[in-house]
Amino acid sequence: MTTATRDSIDLRPSDAETAFRAEVRTWLAEHVPGRALASMDTKEGFDEHREWERTLHRGGLSVVAWPQAYGGRGVDLLSWLAFEEEYYAAGSPGRLNQNGIFLLGPTLLEHGSDAQRARFLPPMAAGDEVWAQGWSEPNAGSDMAAIRTRARRDGDDWVVSGSKIWVSRGSYADWMFGLVRTDPESERHRGLTFMLIPLDADGVTVRPIGQLDGHSGFAEVFLDDVRVPLGQVVGEPGAGWSIAMATAGFERGLLLRSPGRFLAAAQRLIALLNERGRPGDSYVRDRVTRAWMNAEAHRLYAQWTVSHVLEGQKVGAEASLNKIFWSELDIDLHETALELLGDDAELVSAWTDGYLFSLAGPIYAGTNQIQRNIIADRVLRLPRS
Amino acid sequence: MRFTFDEDQREYQRVLRDYLAQHCPTTELRALWDDERGRSPQRWAQLAELGAIGLAAPTALGGMGLDDVALLLPLEEAGRAALPEPLGAVAAVAVPLLSELAVGDEWVERAAAGTAMPIVGFGAGPRVADAHVADVLLLGAGSELYAVDPTDVVLTRRLSLDPTRRLFDVAWQPGAGGELLAAGNGVVDALKRAQDRSAVALAAELLGVTAQLLDMAEAYARERQQFGKPIGAFQAIKHLLADALVGLAFARPVVYRAAASLADGAATASRDASMAKAFASDAATAAGKAALQIHGATGYTWEHDLSIWLKRAQALSLASGDARFHRERVARAVLTAA
Repeated sequence: MTTATRDSIDLRPSDAETAFRAEVRTWLAEHVPGRALASMDTKEGFDEHREWERTLHRGGLSVVAWPQAYGGRGVDLLSWLAFEEEYYAAGSPGRLNQNGIFLLGPTLLEHGSDAQRARFLPPMAAGDEVWAQGWSEPNAGSDMAAIRTRARRDGDDWVVSGSKIWVSRGSYADWMFGLVRTDPESERHRGLTFMLIPLDADGVTVRPIGQLDGHSGFAEVFLDDVRVPLGQVVGEPGAGWSIAMATAGFERGLLLRSPGRFLAAAQRLIALLNERGRPGDSYVRDRVTRAWMNAEAHRLYAQWTVSHVLEGQKVGAEASLNKIFWSELDIDLHETALELLGDDAELVSAWTDGYLFSLAGPIYAGTNQIQRNIIADRVLRLPRS
Repeated sequence: MRFTFDEDQREYQRVLRDYLAQHCPTTELRALWDDERGRSPQRWAQLAELGAIGLAAPTALGGMGLDDVALLLPLEEAGRAALPEPLGAVAAVAVPLLSELAVGDEWVERAAAGTAMPIVGFGAGPRVADAHVADVLLLGAGSELYAVDPTDVVLTRRLSLDPTRRLFDVAWQPGAGGELLAAGNGVVDALKRAQDRSAVALAAELLGVTAQLLDMAEAYARERQQFGKPIGAFQAIKHLLADALVGLAFARPVVYRAAASLADGAATASRDASMAKAFASDAATAAGKAALQIHGATGYTWEHDLSIWLKRAQALSLASGDARFHRERVARAVLTAA
């Protein structure tokens, strides 16, 4: 009983999306490296991943949802979701420049100037400039509005001093975006400015920090009278908080952790069940099924969100719902894999690496406790604590 | 591809919500608990007048000619109001079954008009909700579908934990009477789809039940004061509600997708229906527990209306297969295909 068309919910993909998906699949089959690259949080792996970003860019597939003028393909977000599914299903490397292409890029498209878009987006798309994010400080973690890194105006520059910590990709990246306090009299969310800071500038010291896996995926960045030209401020000085919240919305919402990644992991988990599962172990079978269902639900939620965005709605604090869901799904999925591996779960493998990384999910991009506060305050509008 | 409701559907949802807010108050729900029949013929007639029962009936038979997707928001509103009448069983299961097999036109026409309730039962000796108010029981077994007059069979009432529910064991097996409506392989498939439709209809209703539970908990958290402030200002309460909202937010697209799969005759329709029932059941039971915890002892009382939705969440999450049952169906579809 097939109906021809329906005005409202109709999940059948458009012909354009189907054709794009096929093109992506073919390209990836020909280009994805046959071996796993070294960890992007080592110097060697960083360089290998940068090369891969350049290859993707040459194939026209590094930033498919961006306008063509900046190196994208101009496809809509539904096709981007299809791209992500194909990308991870093909076993492609992780995205080295995710802070740039998924967080800063969309922020510049929405809040940047034409000059900033022209200057920063093309090399970001090409992998020639890799970005780190600088939000947290030693005394401003979950309480991000407690930022103390400050900048004073001097001629055509801001002069920045302070330090940023847990700077993702900070060890080897070329640039960092983040918030600094430009109004010394200001408190909390006011007086903060969104800045683009080159990590090779005079006065910048980068101290890599080893993560649980021993690699330096993040860093502490010390800023000592670093000169940042006025043109490297995004939006108005003092209006940085709301721009940072837009960036964080991309991070928690659709872009940073797209469904394709978890769907691919769920398929690997099913393969592991078929290989290692004991017949009649209905407990593990149920857990694997749950993991697949959650990954699939995440995919549907993303399509639902994108479809509303395409009709002009904004993703607001609801992004926090998504962040809680994907971070918990990722842990659950990996814990299930460890159960299947039994004694072998102790041995270093892609599953144990993935498990350790999944444990960071409820912490980065704003802890899940902060997300629950945001949901309560801004979605449910409960009284403030 | 489009994954949003259109303005007409949202407007119709508002119409039904307003109607039910006025005509399905909790005082009446409670009054019906003590009534053997427990159903309001007036309200059913008015729902038919509003077009809700014939949404999926062919236009030639007085319906709207729409599909499973059109029933989603009306069923959510039924859940939000804890509607006692069997909107899902008639409008989303019986009517599409008869329409699909192109039999029993008279029943479809009368159902859409609100003058008869056809209700479906599956297998031998089926347990059927609302069998006592059915004008015809559509009983399917194997490859045969029978129309059975409810007065010709013994109905044994079974008490549900939800006092609004009316459950009956129907003493019937194939060959034990009734008019043979249809037979053949097409009936086997149509009955499978009817079971999937039953799961999706309950899932949609559970979304509304969940939304209502969260609304009540949220309102109470705002109003109830302890330690000199509203309890909703405490993180322990906030986080309970936030987690329950995550459950509802992620169940919604899952349920909506399942209806689209049924309407489109997708190969994955059964899997998607089971996924919908599992998600909606889990979201509703979690929201029920959170809402009760937030209400504290007040919510545990017979007098407080929270129990209406708490019990509805529990009953409907168990009906037509609980979450575990449906996950196992998903497992059979997904794990072997890999």
